Amino acid sequence: MASADVAAATTAPSPARPGTHRLRWQTLPVAVFLLALFVVPVVTLLSISFFDNDGSPSLEHYKRLVDVPLYGKVLLATIKVAFFTMLFCIVGAYPVAYLLATSRKSTRNWLIILVLMPFWTSVLVRTFAWIVLLGRKGAVNQVLTAFGITDAPVQMIYNFTGVMIGMTHALMPLAVMTMLAVMEGIDPNLTKAAATMGAKGGTRFWRIYFPLTMPGVASAALLVFIASLGYFITPALLGGPQDTMIVQLIIFQIREVLNWQFAGAIGVLLVITFMLIFMIYDRVFGLSVIGGAARTASPAEGSMIRNYAGRVGTAITWGLAQITDAAITVFARWVPARRGGVGFSRGGLYLVCALIFAFIALPTLFVVPVSFTSEAFLTWPPKLFSLQWYQMVFESPVWLGAATRSFVVALITASVGMLFAVPCAFALARDNFRGKSALFGLVFAPLIVPNIFIAVGLFFLFSRIGIAGTTLAVVLGHTVIVIPYVVVTVLAVVKGYDRNLDHAAATMGASRMQTFHRVTFPVIRSGMVASFMFAFIISFDELTIALFVTGGRVTTLPKLMYEDALLAVSPRLAAVAALLLVSMSIVILASELIRRKGGFGLGTK
Amino acid sequence: MTECKNKLTIRGLTKRYGSATALDRVDLDLVDGEFLTMLGPSGSGKTTLLWAVAGLNDPDGGEIWIDGRDATHVPASGRDIGMVFQNYALFPHMTVRENISFPLEMRKVPAANRPQAIRRALEMIKLEHVGDRYCSQLSGGQQQRIALARAFVANPSIILMDEPLGALDKKLRDHLQLEIKRLHDELATTVLYVTHDQEEAMVMSDRICLMNGGRIEQIGTPDELYFRPATLFAADFLGESNLISGRIVGEDADRLVLELPGIGTLRAPSTTPYEQGAGIVHFTRPESLSILSGTEIKDNLVRGEVADVVVSGALTKVFVSVGDGATLQVSQLTSVSQRVRKGELLTIGWDADVGRVFADNRREVA
Repeated sequence: MASADVAAATTAPSPARPGTHRLRWQTLPVAVFLLALFVVPVVTLLSISFFDNDGSPSLEHYKRLVDVPLYGKVLLATIKVAFFTMLFCIVGAYPVAYLLATSRKSTRNWLIILVLMPFWTSVLVRTFAWIVLLGRKGAVNQVLTAFGITDAPVQMIYNFTGVMIGMTHALMPLAVMTMLAVMEGIDPNLTKAAATMGAKGGTRFWRIYFPLTMPGVASAALLVFIASLGYFITPALLGGPQDTMIVQLIIFQIREVLNWQFAGAIGVLLVITFMLIFMIYDRVFGLSVIGGAARTASPAEGSMIRNYAGRVGTAITWGLAQITDAAITVFARWVPARRGGVGFSRGGLYLVCALIFAFIALPTLFVVPVSFTSEAFLTWPPKLFSLQWYQMVFESPVWLGAATRSFVVALITASVGMLFAVPCAFALARDNFRGKSALFGLVFAPLIVPNIFIAVGLFFLFSRIGIAGTTLAVVLGHTVIVIPYVVVTVLAVVKGYDRNLDHAAATMGASRMQTFHRVTFPVIRSGMVASFMFAFIISFDELTIALFVTGGRVTTLPKLMYEDALLAVSPRLAAVAALLLVSMSIVILASELIRRKGGFGLGTK
Repeated sequence: MTECKNKLTIRGLTKRYGSATALDRVDLDLVDGEFLTMLGPSGSGKTTLLWAVAGLNDPDGGEIWIDGRDATHVPASGRDIGMVFQNYALFPHMTVRENISFPLEMRKVPAANRPQAIRRALEMIKLEHVGDRYCSQLSGGQQQRIALARAFVANPSIILMDEPLGALDKKLRDHLQLEIKRLHDELATTVLYVTHDQEEAMVMSDRICLMNGGRIEQIGTPDELYFRPATLFAADFLGESNLISGRIVGEDADRLVLELPGIGTLRAPSTTPYEQGAGIVHFTRPESLSILSGTEIKDNLVRGEVADVVVSGALTKVFVSVGDGATLQVSQLTSVSQRVRKGELLTIGWDADVGRVFADNRREVA
């Protein structure tokens, strides 16, 4: 594959067009919007930490950060949580990604849905499902005591274990998809070539396949780590007091004591942590591996640390190859090889992946039965059957109002997001213009910067201009979050579009409008629809921004659920969660199908 | 005696993909030092056969013997082969040197002996200076040669090549064909080669194995295949040919007498038992036919009108319509002085021995 594909990718530079090097007008809305509602608020938030409460320059907040041991401890606890989450996610996701990468395409597409469904199911619903499963009277404990494995219920949530389970569950799909992207790019002939040279199974995997997947492992690790650092929903609901994350401290400073400057200082601390991690990462792997395909293996140059890491890695994989080969040889002596059947190692892979898929997909479903309980509290198994909780939700103006608001906000956000981002994505995909890389940076920054910064920064800004606590505030905030996603998805669609179709239409006499209307749009339509639904789901499910910029009676559904769950986990919440689970699943499935069926064999298909 | 000199023996090899039969009871022998090319259209089973020899797919029946050992159920890693993949499959995370070292390492060649073997391999392919580069930094032709070096460095029993020149442009391909041939001679190794390019097969091979629909259509030297095709498919697939349908009317002095519509009576070599009146296809190569000056006499003479003249470099192709819609192609070396003009009337002739007669199994279709 390698050379032919590389050649195809590097040839055919788009013909230079007049006006190529001018700033593109269609990128302006996005640029202005993000500058005003992302860069300005975040920078403001971080910079006010260098002023004291009277507004004069001071480092008093940083002095406090250093002096009070709590903050250092929380930072360490946060890093610990992030590190172990990363570890579990990588270990769990690797076999799944490997299975997906080596399955037939039709199988792979369905398995990907299985991985992605929970990813797009509300974080709140998933966290809530874990409470149902792992609580003192939850399903797992009931089974354990029923079989006499334990006498008393095991404490599985409201501690570190609970946080690990919840966060690994939340972030594993991200790890799977990141590694899958790299694994799909690996030429399957490479391991076959190694076999013809005499390499056995273990050597083929550890010395050929595994090193080639390292860029994927490394970027998945970084993404999960960074995402974990900015997490708070799962630790807040599944952790104990000692599992407080640094973001929760920021929330406390804003919501309880309204100390902007100190919250900003904690934010700066988090930013410094981020930068340190990026630096270490760059030293070991090189930042260029992010998103890099497997085939562009970096020649060993640059830092000494990286060379050293490379050598250690080679030694480790060599050792693992020897051990695995020896183990296979020993095993093969016991179990005679069956010809043509599923090999022993493949069978093991299926088993492991089945367990991981179960871990990813099944727990969420537990919210459904408990929502039909006739009791006033959560038990397992639930006493069936009652619709009282659904009735309660549908008769409550608060819940209905929140749901309606979330729906309207998501609809407007997705529309505005598309309106701004689609022209921008077209420009980014097709034209070269001055400031293109800067624009790329600006558009993708909201993906990396934790939402909490955006949320607090916007809260600060909106309070000044007097729109905090309004629906407009949520829409504006969500649009910031949604724009990068829309740009990414539309970019992929536009890049997969063969521009020769446009050229062909032009040679047949179609005007630019006609070409777009009759050729371009029909081909990319399904991608656009999927992108819109993607944006809708993100906004509908968003909690962080809503937590800050809404207030009083103006609340969204996720915010109401979160605050309800903090107080008590009731069957009413289970009913809401079940409703959300079903409706969102339908939307996700529909958008997946639209994207695939209508794709005309373009892009990801 | 020949049995023990066989590098590769294949008996009754069968491979099915679902309901489709990719290989149908194939027998093949490859002697030591031979260069054999599997040639055929796509889907003919040639790559499936090569991969079965490599141990990369599981045959549904039959046996594969490599170097006198039954290798049918030996995994690829235990077969002592070298393979060049269509797109080379060079390991992107290893340098050229590490790539070439890999098969040596796998065969437990002592570390002390490897550098010398690698240096020799790099000398053979005339790329001594690229050892420390990564493969992505090399050109397509260079990558191809590295893949070759990696395949032969460990002195395997057989070297398998799966359309190794398919991704290169014509000039480079021509050059590398000769390069591979030179390597084959110098190393005195045995090569099983797959291609769909007949010219490539002709240039490189000791023998060609023509495949069609999962079976071997004909196996023989390039010369045999070209001038004595065994089947209509072989005649049609290789090179250009004049194929004209007709029927057998009798025999005369060990020659078949044919009746071809629009052409008349022809004589052709009598090879197989024939059936009076049977439908046949008569085959000649365009270069076996000549335009007669008037005094010459050949076994077969046909008059016709020049329909078209195409100069394709060294060869000039003259298309002569001989009546009843039939056209005969005559190829001769392009000459500056002698030119045939469109519309000219002339006589074409050839000796009976250069023609071949095949049973017409196309008639059902027409």
